[in-house]
Amino acid sequence: MDQTTDKTRKSDRRGFLKNAATGAAGLAATGPIAMAQQATLKPETGSNAEVTSNQKPGSDFMTDVLKSLGFEYCAANPGSAFRGLQESFINYGGNKSPEWITCCHEESSVAMAHGYAKIEGKPMLIMAHGTVGLQHASMAIYNAYCDRVPVYIVLGNILDANFRRGNAEWVHSVQDAAAMVRDYTKWDDAPVSLSHFAESAVRAYKIAMTPPNEPVVIVADGVLQEEPITEKHLRIPKLVTTAPPIGETSAVMAAAKMLVAAENPVIVAGRVARTPQGMKNLVELADVLQCKVMDTRMRMNFPSTHPMYGSNGAVIAYPNVSDADLVLGLEVQDFWGILNKMTGLNKFGMETEPKTKPGTKVITISAIELNHKSNYQDFFRYVESDLAITGDPEATLPELTEAVKKLLTADRRIAIEARGKKVAELNRQAHQRDRELAAVGWDASPISTARMAQELYAQIKNEDWSLVGNDRFASSWPTRLWKFDKHYQYIGTQGGAGIGYNMPAAVGAALANKKHGRLSVNIQCDGDLNYAPGVLWTASHHNIPLLTVMHNNRAYHEERMFLALLAAKYDRDPSTSNIGTELDGPAIDYASIAKGYGQYAEGPISNPNELGPAIKRALEQVKKGRPALLDVVTQPR
Amino acid sequence: MTKYLILISLLASLLTTSAFAQTKAGDVTNGKRLYEKDGCYQCHGYVGQGGTAGPRLAQIRFPLAGFIAFVRNPPSGGMPPFRAKVLSDQELTDIYAYIKTIPEPKAAKDIPLLAQ
Ligand code: HEC
Repeated sequence: MDQTTDKTRKSDRRGFLKNAATGAAGLAATGPIAMAQQATLKPETGSNAEVTSNQKPGSDFMTDVLKSLGFEYCAANPGSAFRGLQESFINYGGNKSPEWITCCHEESSVAMAHGYAKIEGKPMLIMAHGTVGLQHASMAIYNAYCDRVPVYIVLGNILDANFRRGNAEWVHSVQDAAAMVRDYTKWDDAPVSLSHFAESAVRAYKIAMTPPNEPVVIVADGVLQEEPITEKHLRIPKLVTTAPPIGETSAVMAAAKMLVAAENPVIVAGRVARTPQGMKNLVELADVLQCKVMDTRMRMNFPSTHPMYGSNGAVIAYPNVSDADLVLGLEVQDFWGILNKMTGLNKFGMETEPKTKPGTKVITISAIELNHKSNYQDFFRYVESDLAITGDPEATLPELTEAVKKLLTADRRIAIEARGKKVAELNRQAHQRDRELAAVGWDASPISTARMAQELYAQIKNEDWSLVGNDRFASSWPTRLWKFDKHYQYIGTQGGAGIGYNMPAAVGAALANKKHGRLSVNIQCDGDLNYAPGVLWTASHHNIPLLTVMHNNRAYHEERMFLALLAAKYDRDPSTSNIGTELDGPAIDYASIAKGYGQYAEGPISNPNELGPAIKRALEQVKKGRPALLDVVTQPR
Repeated sequence: MTKYLILISLLASLLTTSAFAQTKAGDVTNGKRLYEKDGCYQCHGYVGQGGTAGPRLAQIRFPLAGFIAFVRNPPSGGMPPFRAKVLSDQELTDIYAYIKTIPEPKAAKDIPLLAQ
């Protein structure tokens, strides 16, 4: 994140001043700029005449500021509140770095940025109206917030009532635009001058990129965007990104002692890997400790090819730690829920009991404590740990690993080596059980999710692939069966469990993968796609190579199961659970939808023997640089 | 009708195992219909393969009596209790018969896409 060196800053600024001095001779503008330049118009030109201005709008300077932050893309559904910025980005900024990405919904813009950041490790810029656009965007912002992902949001707004014309400019204006998302963003500002904009824009980037990473909001005032620049001494502050917070040394030493002393420690990985280094750091600790790593797969934390990889079974988010005598939780979302259980939904009342053995020690390392907010309850139940370390796990791991190494005596080394063999064998057996389970229903129609996963893997495993969606609804088969060993091979889940995330996040992640030449594939639930399917068109329009394989169970199936469960619990008819949950009658034709949005598509496919050849045909198209979709009619989970 | 059902379920729970003795041999077609209609497939899959929401039922490890006892009162919370008012012993016997017809899967090593 060091793209804004002092040198580039100076050259950006020089570029800006040079352009300002020569005047924007080629800058043709109507509407807003004409409005801003009224005084210079000759009466006979009339309001529809093309107006050239020798005064640059504020949005040109804002463009320089945002360019200085190194964004590759700006995703937006067009909105009048930021039309000045959009025009400047394209005509003044050359539509490069960032390049404008056309979205059909603001939820898509943000979720694309969410997926992009999980691959690229840095934010994408998105723009939206301060009112209606942000309202559309808000759930996706909440997801990114819960998922600790940086998204850089610029909102258009006209604060000065004197500058609002009619209609949309009044209903689209707001006193405090960021207020509606303040509970689930890390920082926001509404600058009142261009200098203020420059400072806040750079600050926002720095804050978003300081762990815990979160979305930030900057309001670009409409008057600042569209009026000519009058401020003197404009400059773009240098971006200085922070070093991540590291756990306090004596606490890290104490953790190392406990880990070395434990007979059967287990590491539970939540959101550990922020950068490619994160996975390496966790591998080093696992190598030294020879203990099981249960990756909850919120990030690509740990290679599935490693003998200590313990993620198996269908419920990856809640691994079984009942055999551990110490559990180390690395920024785990619902760590309490892994250590304890509650009365099930099929019973009345609410009781809890530990799932761990008596005396099991618990250590947490997490940066979340640095940004707790109170309204939304994404902090989960309070964990009664024996040692709680505030710090970014990725950055804290090297010190912990070194401390563990120093404490290892010859005796402990021998014991740890023996443990490693045992853990590796147990993991091997668990993974073999998963393979045997995958064989059940192999030839079924609708197609089993295991079969779908393996048909897909067979076609991509020799490529440089990246799974750019969440596999949980497909019983986590890729997580259980595929060989993941690169940091970009999986992007995890939504964070806030807000549905509608997966398709746009996949397109955003595929966009990030594009320049690296990676093959992006996505297993896509039908319910999720239907929120804002227009993102399929965005993928076509911008030639984003991505294969989408539908996990089409023709329902909002999670909710259908809840309804069946409750009906049976109350001795009522579970067959009514289809009402309000099924996406059938008529069945939705996703191949036609995707074709309509310009993608290559086939389906519905319900014969498992037809799936492999269809994937092959679709991949040929994807390798030519276009998106493709296969509608696969699947088992529910 | 409701009273009748309550009586039946009371009797069934009083007689426990002997109640099953009174059921006819399971009807596979009706069992499959009920397995789908009443939502067993939702969590266990159409062919009992299991997944995130429920374990494998194919090659079921319970005898009929144990199966009915489990379904009436699942222990851990992810599965709803299906009492006699929703599914009679006869109906569960039919479902059991359907589950029993689900063929044995191949070993993973014999499926090329699952062989390591
Ligand atoms: C809402 C999801 C759900 C539905 C619907 C459901 N089950 Fe289950 N079932 C589960 C879960 C989860 C378990 C694991 C045990 C537990 O949680 O109590 C389970 C376990 C079982 C078991 C024990 C399997 C074993 O080998 O341990 C049987 C038998 C069973 N279910 C039968 C049925 C039948 C028959 C139906 C339909 C009448 C049904 N289930 C409907 C979720 C479900």
